[in-house]
Formats: sequence, C-alpha cells, structure tokens
Amino acid sequence: MVDVAISSKHTLPVTDLDPYDEAVLADPYPHYEILREQGPVVYLKRYDAYALARHDEVRAVLSDSETYCSGAGVGLANFYTEEPWRKPSIILEADPPFHARTRKVVARVLSPASLARLRETFEAEAEALVDKVLAMGEFDAARDFGEAYPLKVFADAVGLPPDGRENLLPYGDMVFNGFGPINERFTTRLAETKNSIEWIGNVCRRENLTQDGLGADLYKAADAGEIAHEEAEMLVRTLLSAGLDTTVFTLCNAMLSFARNPEQYALLSENPKLARQSIEEVIRYEPTFHSFYRTTTKPVEIAGVEIGKNQKICVFIGSANRDPRRWDNPERFDINRKVTGHLGFGTGIHGCAGQMMARLEGEILLSAFACKVKSISLTGEPKRHLNNTVRGFTSMPARVVAK
Amino acid sequence: MTRVIYVQPDGSENVVKVPAGTSVMQGAMSNDVAGIVAECGGSAMCATCHVYLDPSCVDLVPPVAEVEIEMLESAASERKENSRLSCQLIITEDIDTLIVHIPVSQV
Repeated sequence: MVDVAISSKHTLPVTDLDPYDEAVLADPYPHYEILREQGPVVYLKRYDAYALARHDEVRAVLSDSETYCSGAGVGLANFYTEEPWRKPSIILEADPPFHARTRKVVARVLSPASLARLRETFEAEAEALVDKVLAMGEFDAARDFGEAYPLKVFADAVGLPPDGRENLLPYGDMVFNGFGPINERFTTRLAETKNSIEWIGNVCRRENLTQDGLGADLYKAADAGEIAHEEAEMLVRTLLSAGLDTTVFTLCNAMLSFARNPEQYALLSENPKLARQSIEEVIRYEPTFHSFYRTTTKPVEIAGVEIGKNQKICVFIGSANRDPRRWDNPERFDINRKVTGHLGFGTGIHGCAGQMMARLEGEILLSAFACKVKSISLTGEPKRHLNNTVRGFTSMPARVVAK
Repeated sequence: MTRVIYVQPDGSENVVKVPAGTSVMQGAMSNDVAGIVAECGGSAMCATCHVYLDPSCVDLVPPVAEVEIEMLESAASERKENSRLSCQLIITEDIDTLIVHIPVSQV
C-alpha cells in the first residue's frame, strides 16, 4: 500500500495501472477484471483519480449528477483547477440547472419522434451498402462498411455537404482522446487535425447546412428563443464530434462480434428482427465508449470508501458491462440476453443523447445485412484503432457469402 | 419499500415492492412486469417506459420535468395529462402505494 492522501473506514486498494497504455487499450478486459476484484473503488495512482469498475457503483455515480458533476469536465482534467484544452461543452460538460436548457433541445431533435422521418432513407442506403459489399465478396468491414454507412446517412441527416466528410472521423478522434490524459496520442492527433477543425467550424454554420436536417432543427430552436444562435452552432458541432466515430466503431464491433461468434450470427440471419436487440448486446459486450470521468462536488462515501471534494472519479463503463455481479456469463456474446440496463450509453441526465440515432443506424444496417448475408468471416487480423476513450478499428479484412 | 401497482391495459395488476431511490421503471424491469420496454435504460431518451399516473397519486411525485415533456412527444400510445416516463418516477420512503397504468403499446 502506498500513501494516499485520504482517510477511509475501508482499505482503499491502489493500482499502478495505466488505462491509456497501448497494451491496455488493445485488450482492457483482463485489467478490468483485476480492478473489479481489487474493490468497489480503486485509487489510480498515476492519475490521482478513483476508478470504479463495477456495475452498481458506476450506475450510482452516473445517476447522481448533483454529487458527481460534469461541469469540471468529463475527462481526466479538472476544469476547476486546470485550464481546459478546449471550451467546455454546453451540454456534455454543463450541470443542472443550465444543462436542462440545452439538453431539452438536443433531446427533442434526436428523439424517436424526430428520427422517424429518417427510417425510409436509412433503409434504402443500408440495402445499397449491403449489396455493394456482397458484390465485393472480400471487403474491409471497418472502412467499407462501418465507416461508410454513418458517413453517408448520419452526415446527410445532420445536413452536411457531401465533400470533405473525411474530416469528421479525425475530429471525433481528437475529442475522444481529449477525455484522457494529455498524452502523445492526444497531442499528435490535435496537431494533425488543424484542417479538420477548420472544416468542422465551417459546416456547423447555418448557411452551410441543408434546411431540413437535424442541424437546421437546432437553429430553429434558436429562432424560437430556446437557445442562442451561437449555441445552436456549438450543438451542431457536438452532433458531429459525438455522432460519427461512435457509431462507426459500434458497427465495426458488431461485425467483429458476429464474425467471431458464428452461432450468434446464424441466429440473427435466421431472424433479422433480432437486429435491434443484437446491437444492444454488441454495445454491452464490446462497448465503444470505455471510460470517462465525474468530479465530486462534496466529500462522499462510495461503498465505504471516503473521497474528498473536487476529486476525479473514473467510471469504467466497459468494465461495468462485463461485471459478473450484474451479468450472467458476461464474457459471452449472447444476442438473446436481456440486456436492458447496460451502461454502454452511460445513464442519467447525461446519458447519450444520440442513443436512439445509434440504435436506428445499427438496427437498420444489421437487419439489411442479416437479410442478405449467409455468413461473415475474417480473412486477416483486424487493425485496432487506439484512442484514449473509444475502441474501434481502422481495418477489418472480411469475407461475406450471399444467401 | 413502496408498493407499486402496475395496472395492465386489460385491468390485471402486478403488485411489486420497490425500494426507495429506485425508479418505477426499474421496479418493473427487475420484476418482469410486462409492458415496460425501457430501451434506453433510464436516460429519458426513448419514451418506451411511458405510464399513466393514477389520478390519486399525482401529488406523491414531483411534477414532470422539461426533458420528460419533450420525450413524451415520442410516446407510441396516446399522450394524456397524467402521462409520465416511469424512469423519471423515483420512489421515496414517504410513498406507501403508487399506482401506474401501463399503455397499450410502447413502440
């Protein structure tokens, strides 16, 4: 046990683990198991933060936004004591009561009622993409499939111009790296993303968006006086940073999970109606988001461990989703599992606002795939994309066989 | 423990003990009460845990929040004055019995 600057009724286990180490990012699950077994709260020595890796504690912290705030940043940096690397988000990094104003508008724009108008177009695009990869036979399940679909349908839905969309993924990658430490992974990405930042800044402006998209809807809320026009612009940017890399990686993770579990793919292929619950299980089993932070607003006690005010709490949702205290056989990918309540989208007032969009894209593409594809297998080792916060792939050589 | 009575559209009832701090949605999910889907798991994002609060219970819980009002627009069944998202109805120790009516459909 090393020195820890807190007193506690219970022993506080300490770990030297670096969650942002390349090897850990490549395969975090064995490390999560150790964290969970060490205790409900473990001190992350390297980063002076408290790690929660079990489901119940993660859920409790995410459900209590008053005690565990987001306004001090949802990354490792504490905005109350450090200069943020970018201006804090007016929704993600806002606390009540200010948070409700922006959240209400974004929740409406991304609500099932609002997204219903997209279904038909999304279905047609999904079918076309599945036909395309079937014609190829051998394809890259990351680039040709996981990336191609959101870059088309989501970007169209927001109302972006068709050219320059290659800037979207590096931009999201930068933002998600920013929730970790200021390490080389982040600084390299930041330096390489200068042009993308400029492109993103331009397309978020009202005159560069279509008039009937989700981006325009945010500006209409500004016209109605619910938010300021500059805030609408910032929220369009939020849609772009939060809405691409995440769904892209989720689709990659779906392809990998099914390729590695052919008996589960057989179930889906027999009954494509399982697509919606399948994508849910993908997000539990192989979540895209793995960890982020909250900050204590007062002295707290978590599972008997006392933690002071203004301390960073790292919630490992990737671990909570594999916690055997919550899930039977958590290491098993099982599309018939009762999966409601997983934490892949977070939960509480900051639960992912785009989750119904993610489900819509995932369900439609997976369903179109299952209707036409008899089998999927990998033809080479997938190349993992390393990011401080999200997990996905840059390349995944695969083969599909038509029904 | 609060007694939560979930009244199904056919009039049948599920009576469940729900601990304080837990939502009416969670009470339904952990007791396999039919008719609550709760796809988003409690973030007020999916409107698939829609219930009608019994008129006798309206004063027992806080009024509907703005975010909830927005999301109720997405409810699959008719929206009424007593419509609520059960994920936003948190049980407190002072509630003895809470009655909610489950709508015909959630998706």
